Amino acid sequence: MATIEVDGRRYAVDGQDNLLQACLTLGLDLPYFCWHPALGSVGACRQCAVKQYRDAEDTQGTLVMACMTPAADGTRLSLEDDEARAFRAGVIEWLMVHHPHDCPVCAEGGHCHLQDMTVMTGHHRRRYRFRKRTHRNQYLGPFIAHEMNRCITCYRCVRFYRDYAGGTDLGAFGAGDNVYFGRHREGVLESAFAGNLTEVCPTGVFTDRTHAERYTRKWDLQFAPGICHQCAVGCNTSPGERHGEIRRIENRYHGEVNRFFLCDRGRFGYDYVNRADRPRRPEWRGESAEPLVLDVDAALDRGAEALRRARRVIGIGSPRASLEGNHQLCDLVGEANFSTGIAAREQDCLARMRRLNRDAGLPTPTLRDVESHDAVLVLGEDLIASAARLGLAVRQAVLGRRAALAAARDIPAWNAEAVMTLAQDARHPLFIAYPTATGLDDIAEQCLHLAPEDIARLGFAVAHAIDPAAPAVDGLDARTRAQAERIAAALLAARRPLVIGGGSLESPALVEAAGNVARALATRERRGGLTLVRREANGTGVELLGGRPLEWALDVLDEGAADAVVVLENDLYQRLPRERVDRALAAARTVIVLDHQRTPTWERAHLGLPAASFAEGDGTLVSLEGRAQRFYAVFEPRYHRPETRIHPGWRWLLALGASLERRAVPEVALDAVTRDCARRHPALAGIVEVVPGAEARVDGLKLARQPHRYSGRTALRADLDVSEPRPPQDPDTPFTFSMEGYAGHERPRREVPFAWAPGWNSPQAWNKFTDEVGGHLRGGDPGVRLLAPAADVGDHVDAIPPPFTPCADEWRLVVLPRLFGGEETSSRSAPIQARAAPATLRLAAEDARRLDAEEGDRLRVETARACVALPLHVDATLPRGLVAIPAGVAAALASGERAWLTAAPEAGEASP
Amino acid sequence: MTAPRYRSRLHQAARERRLETHPLTGWLRDDGECLGLDDYLAKDGYGVVRQVLGRQDPDDVIETLKAANVRGRGGGGFSAGVKWSLTLKGADMPRGYLVCNADEMEPGTFKDRLLLEQVPHLLLEGMILGGYANDAFYGYIFLRGEYVAAARALSRAIEEARAAGWLGRDIAGSGFDFDIALHTGAGRYICGEETALINSLEGRRANPRAKPPFPGQSGAWGRPTVVNNVETLCNVPAVLRFGADWYQGLSGARSDDGGTKLYGVSGRVHRPGLWELPMGTPAGELLDRAGGLRDGRALKAWLPGGGSTGFLLPEHLDLALDFDTIGQAGSRLGTGILALVADDQSLVALVRNLEAFFARESCGWCTPCRDGLPWAAELLRALERGDGRPGDIERLEALAADQGPGKTFCAHAPGAAMPLASAIRCFREEFERGIAAPGKEAR
Repeated sequence: MATIEVDGRRYAVDGQDNLLQACLTLGLDLPYFCWHPALGSVGACRQCAVKQYRDAEDTQGTLVMACMTPAADGTRLSLEDDEARAFRAGVIEWLMVHHPHDCPVCAEGGHCHLQDMTVMTGHHRRRYRFRKRTHRNQYLGPFIAHEMNRCITCYRCVRFYRDYAGGTDLGAFGAGDNVYFGRHREGVLESAFAGNLTEVCPTGVFTDRTHAERYTRKWDLQFAPGICHQCAVGCNTSPGERHGEIRRIENRYHGEVNRFFLCDRGRFGYDYVNRADRPRRPEWRGESAEPLVLDVDAALDRGAEALRRARRVIGIGSPRASLEGNHQLCDLVGEANFSTGIAAREQDCLARMRRLNRDAGLPTPTLRDVESHDAVLVLGEDLIASAARLGLAVRQAVLGRRAALAAARDIPAWNAEAVMTLAQDARHPLFIAYPTATGLDDIAEQCLHLAPEDIARLGFAVAHAIDPAAPAVDGLDARTRAQAERIAAALLAARRPLVIGGGSLESPALVEAAGNVARALATRERRGGLTLVRREANGTGVELLGGRPLEWALDVLDEGAADAVVVLENDLYQRLPRERVDRALAAARTVIVLDHQRTPTWERAHLGLPAASFAEGDGTLVSLEGRAQRFYAVFEPRYHRPETRIHPGWRWLLALGASLERRAVPEVALDAVTRDCARRHPALAGIVEVVPGAEARVDGLKLARQPHRYSGRTALRADLDVSEPRPPQDPDTPFTFSMEGYAGHERPRREVPFAWAPGWNSPQAWNKFTDEVGGHLRGGDPGVRLLAPAADVGDHVDAIPPPFTPCADEWRLVVLPRLFGGEETSSRSAPIQARAAPATLRLAAEDARRLDAEEGDRLRVETARACVALPLHVDATLPRGLVAIPAGVAAALASGERAWLTAAPEAGEASP
Repeated sequence: MTAPRYRSRLHQAARERRLETHPLTGWLRDDGECLGLDDYLAKDGYGVVRQVLGRQDPDDVIETLKAANVRGRGGGGFSAGVKWSLTLKGADMPRGYLVCNADEMEPGTFKDRLLLEQVPHLLLEGMILGGYANDAFYGYIFLRGEYVAAARALSRAIEEARAAGWLGRDIAGSGFDFDIALHTGAGRYICGEETALINSLEGRRANPRAKPPFPGQSGAWGRPTVVNNVETLCNVPAVLRFGADWYQGLSGARSDDGGTKLYGVSGRVHRPGLWELPMGTPAGELLDRAGGLRDGRALKAWLPGGGSTGFLLPEHLDLALDFDTIGQAGSRLGTGILALVADDQSLVALVRNLEAFFARESCGWCTPCRDGLPWAAELLRALERGDGRPGDIERLEALAADQGPGKTFCAHAPGAAMPLASAIRCFREEFERGIAAPGKEAR
């Protein structure tokens, strides 16, 4: 700690900080542009100038940039000094020299850091009377709009894109007052994190293109604390709604998970919520082809009647639905009849991962904590594709060596350019074993391109090299042994090694291999971490809740052992072969499907009940780090479309259960369901601690979902009715669907729908909610961790697979996760579809030659379960004998299957 | 025949120049041709390398340089010995780089060019000695791209030196390894700023770096790096050959700064060119040597050392041209190449030309420089056209004041502000003439 004096008042601050960090942490308003809590200081914009005094006698002082000056003990400074204030106003005036006066039509207006800082410094009159320079803008893809004329040249975009996120296709061009930030030529921004430019840019150069067509000012959006449903990382989001549509998703600061950044799938994958074809009213499909639209009571009656007639009802849950929904379904059908809705192989991996989280001896670090590890081994995951935000955290871990080297030369970690200059290419070791290239290869010490079995064998060999008690791998070739020993040595040399595995390649052996490495490290009393990647938003949670795999449910139906099925938010065709699902559903007399998407499974339902998406419903998800987190409904769909009958899955199931028993549908709020779920499933006992509960108040007030400047409330529904109805009531949460309620930053709270503080309209307002800039929410970071390692380390697993050997006439299939197009719901969003790369079938060059196939030739890959035809991409890194296809093109094709290849004569869709 | 060859012209004949009195130009031939390795060796070139490497402690070399008070000839005037003593060295430190700043881009300056084109081996010898003193393993010469003849001379000299064992492994049997590469710049003034130069050398944008850390702590590719001007390095062999006292004696009573200075004069004089004279020579003597102004014009003002120095007046001609004296007069010695302004020249036009140059050459990193200098240039253009408005001069003064040291990221903008502020201070009425009469303002 250090004591500094600011304008005559003394404060205790962190002496490791710079003065800008210190002042912002103290809650003082000091304007800035080029500094960012995650990017550090570079001293470019000169906006944070303050007066620093040598000592107590010094009355003159000198101007210094707060961001480049250490908050050393005894520092005396003034923010209010006349010269400092005048200089800061001057900086804004210069920045505004070329800035267009287009705030009224600019997408940044209302959450613009430049606006905030301009007001803060008091600059209000233009004195520059000469011609402005202008730029041409670029097409940057479906996510990001570009308007370079607004640029104030703070360099944050390239510093985030290149230095932080590792992108290479955005740069600074030109010099003087003609610096251009863009690509060398127009085209789609390649980074998986480009969307963060919309928040990193302090003004409207990079804005959310998905928002542009249906634009709404921040103050006119209704927000709720969201949890991203597009993968298992559990990033916190702020979805914003107007007129019953999600208009954009912003980052919601969480001090332990996503902090300032989201991936582009999470940010731009929301459009499925707005699809016109979404089921919005219950549908009954009887004898006629056209479904009959029902009201709620009729739907419940028909559903209950059908279930009453059934001999046995199977419930199929979902890893993309909330715990409460799954629990309520389990409650409806009984545990003996409940399936998780997850295919057996994936569920096997999930169960192994859950066990490893308990008995492999190493804790799962939070995303923030991932960044503090100094050696990383990734087994069988392409993190940028399967858990992108985790991949970004691993990148920071690997680059963390820079700060360590800088510290040894007394260069503070915040001195960003100096740290990079000193460290150059120095990185902590990262080893990646994956069948092909991954999104982190550019910073890896070594990338091993291996078949899944061989990755597992490498992992087992690493474990053995660390701890001789771990089983040795038979028949290991000398090269792999040497690689394993090298990796083991790097992990042992590290202060905090991190092992990352997961289920992306659906290989239980791979999961266990990661487990053995963790156990070996734990046994050697090394500190370290184990992160296991799950695929879907609530895979961890649903596995903890428990249930049979999907195959079991289909078999029971197929065999006639049950004649009714209730499917919760799950498209079964995404998981198992079409014929198998068809057969099971055809065998069932009653199929009830709850979903928010018109999926092929929905189309097979006798009764379809329109469930809420994350935008209209509340619930709890458990992320891959075992963090149970609540997401909140953003809006009430009936307010804008009175005819809709969308309800959260858990509420439908509760009502269906009551109807089944001919009871009146009870008034049950979410908290009660959560409590019930926790009581019934001991592994989930902690989830009752996740939220303060619907009764929570701040100063006696509920919490507002809408900013206090929310406009047009009385006119919002004028097209429906001239009288304004009472705002929708929310019995399930402490939030109002209104601007009435608490929306401030003074009172610490965990659940913050949107960040706003007086004078701070931009995302930089999050600094007002944290205990220190870049720290934790003052009210605590949301969520409760459910998974923790037990004291005892479990025994090593010795089921080591034999090495993979390519066959002459058959291939081994690997399905590779992909960020855009590899996940069910986001793939239903137009921007994601536009961004997804064309699917290809990949073969090693030698295999392609052997088949006499060339790049672009259509090949048909067939397994025992399904087939698909795709154009060939010759992959220089893929091992021989493997054929790789991307996730999301043929759901029934699973990793690890034997496959056969034939030339596909036509460019038409292959028939199953 | 090829195009006529332009050279920096030295107005001192060989018979006037001995190494004991002219450590820089004492080597030069009268015909202006480049001194090859044989001629250089014939005058005991590289003798100091043989005398020092492996025989003198590097720290003693630095002490000698400090005692001689060799001040940075690029214009900063910082003690080269002190700079060298701050370079991180030691068993736990990677060996770094010695970089010669030969990006001579200061408007009106042509002194380094003379040495680069005509006695490249002197620079190489200075660099080897600098490398030895700073424990550098490699030297770079960052050369202004337009200096084609210098590039040719240096390339040849490096090859000759390497072939003769003056560069490379185990130089002169000393056990010291050092080699030099020539890097030609692509033409940005800012590359003369030592950290921007390093960034450019690394292949990055030529933006300056924040200091601290200084290059001596973390320079090129993160290693300890010393950047010295050509003329500074060319002084090193003589200082080590003849000693600090001799060097101090060269300037005698004229200045506390040691040695000689390669002075020059440009502008409308009879004999523009260069003279190697004792440090502290009065400006008036230089003007006399240059034959005075042409066309019977009188002197209105002069810049002591390039475009980034402040204007001085005829009354300042008696001042000794050294770092402290010129600094006390409110300007900077800079490169020591005088630019003279005749009484019929417009200060507004001259300053507009300078500010347009500095605005164009801003790297675009920090706001005051990037957006403030072009504004100043626009205001000056308006005044030059007679389209100025009341308040424009005050705006210019404010803009100049806001480019002060510490307010901007590097010294570029403070340098740009010097001629602007001093011109307004000394010749305000010329600027006021640019203000349009009421009702006659242009747009």
